[in-house]
Amino acid sequence: MPTVCVIDYGAGNLHSAVRGLERAAPDASWRVAVSAEPSEVLAADRIVLPGVGAFASCAAGLRARPGLVDALVEATAERKLPFLGICVGMQLLADLGEEHGEVEGLGFVSGKVRALKADGLRLPHMGWNEVVPVADHPLLPPEGDAYFVHSFIFEATDESDIIAAADYGERFPAAVARENVAGAQFHPEKSGAYGQAFLKNFLEWRP
Amino acid sequence: MSLKTRLIPCLDVKDGRVVKGVNFVSLRDAGDPVEAAAAYAEAGADEICFLDITASHENRGTLLETVTHTAQEALCPLTVGGGVRSAEDVLALLRAGADKIAINSAAVRDPAVLTASALAAGSQAVVCAIDAKNVAPGRWEIFTHGGRKPTGIDAVQFAEEAERRGAGEILLTSMDRDGVKTGYDVELLKAVTSAVNIPVVASGGAGELHHLSEAVTVGGASAVLAASIFHFGTFTIEEAKKAMIADGVPMRRTW
Repeated sequence: MPTVCVIDYGAGNLHSAVRGLERAAPDASWRVAVSAEPSEVLAADRIVLPGVGAFASCAAGLRARPGLVDALVEATAERKLPFLGICVGMQLLADLGEEHGEVEGLGFVSGKVRALKADGLRLPHMGWNEVVPVADHPLLPPEGDAYFVHSFIFEATDESDIIAAADYGERFPAAVARENVAGAQFHPEKSGAYGQAFLKNFLEWRP
Repeated sequence: MSLKTRLIPCLDVKDGRVVKGVNFVSLRDAGDPVEAAAAYAEAGADEICFLDITASHENRGTLLETVTHTAQEALCPLTVGGGVRSAEDVLALLRAGADKIAINSAAVRDPAVLTASALAAGSQAVVCAIDAKNVAPGRWEIFTHGGRKPTGIDAVQFAEEAERRGAGEILLTSMDRDGVKTGYDVELLKAVTSAVNIPVVASGGAGELHHLSEAVTVGGASAVLAASIFHFGTFTIEEAKKAMIADGVPMRRTW
């Protein structure tokens, strides 16, 4: 029975992510667990880290759960479990966040999180925008629109970690992936058929 | 490649039921908000808005359950408004599954509720809903209690204050146009969209498809909200989007 663990660390609602994954599951044998317990995280086959709100409060929420960060490090670096961060969950993969002062991230994909330079455009970047693949990566559906809501972006140190881009005032990473760790700046669980295809790809991903 | 304009059907929900019937042939129960929202999402709605018009506050539990089920079924963002009084209300609705919460009268009574909500939930989740009436050429005033009670507050200045206090979006309803189907108040929209740098949702007045485009091309709106033109089956989401694309408005294609 394959299990996906959605990390519950107080960063917003998890219902949509859980339901999105359940819908995207290739068959009925899949289980979606919601937990912040290190033992449950390490017992899972795949991990999803959601996140809404500010980088600093999400990072603090992660660190407030005893043993959680260590479990995530072990799961991704040693056990090489497929890992997906969504929105602020993707931004937390970076080394550093600049929202509300400099705060350390998980450092799974090297980069920093900085404000979107949306010259003259309204912020937050809120709504449906085109996700353009920039690499041939198994997570990516063919081109389509996904739902974004954010004012900060993931600036990847290594360009080759960027697998998809979007445009809003500037071109920014819509999705990143390094080995078994991936992140989506958009919300696949809110992104209709495109998002469902992305989640299904994640569940079938063999990095 | 650009950000698309959002098309948002709005459902009035009372005690867990949609009060204006929704005209979908496929619905088993036109009063079930979960089914209606899922049908709209399936039809290509870019976001769903629930307006809770429940008279009593005791039925909040019903709304929370409805929000949870809707968020699970509709694969698009969900905005909930109506009777939201505090940052605690905002957090409860977000935990139930809403993505954004519209705050209306409570913000007019005390705009500090916007600050508190943005701090607690992030600006992206806080929508300031403004109901305005044209009171003089180029001047709009905020009214509460379904448009009966003037507040003396200038709508454009209040929108600026809402942005300063951390609201991530303005939901701007023209009370003069609401339900009249003569088009959005584009002058009001222009005044607010040029005063703030956060997205503005146009509401009140959509009767024809070209009204939707006007709110964007002339009024500067980032999204258009409509109720009756969709509920009564006058137009489908797809017809509306095709008409907007023909008018040069970037829309998400779902057909």
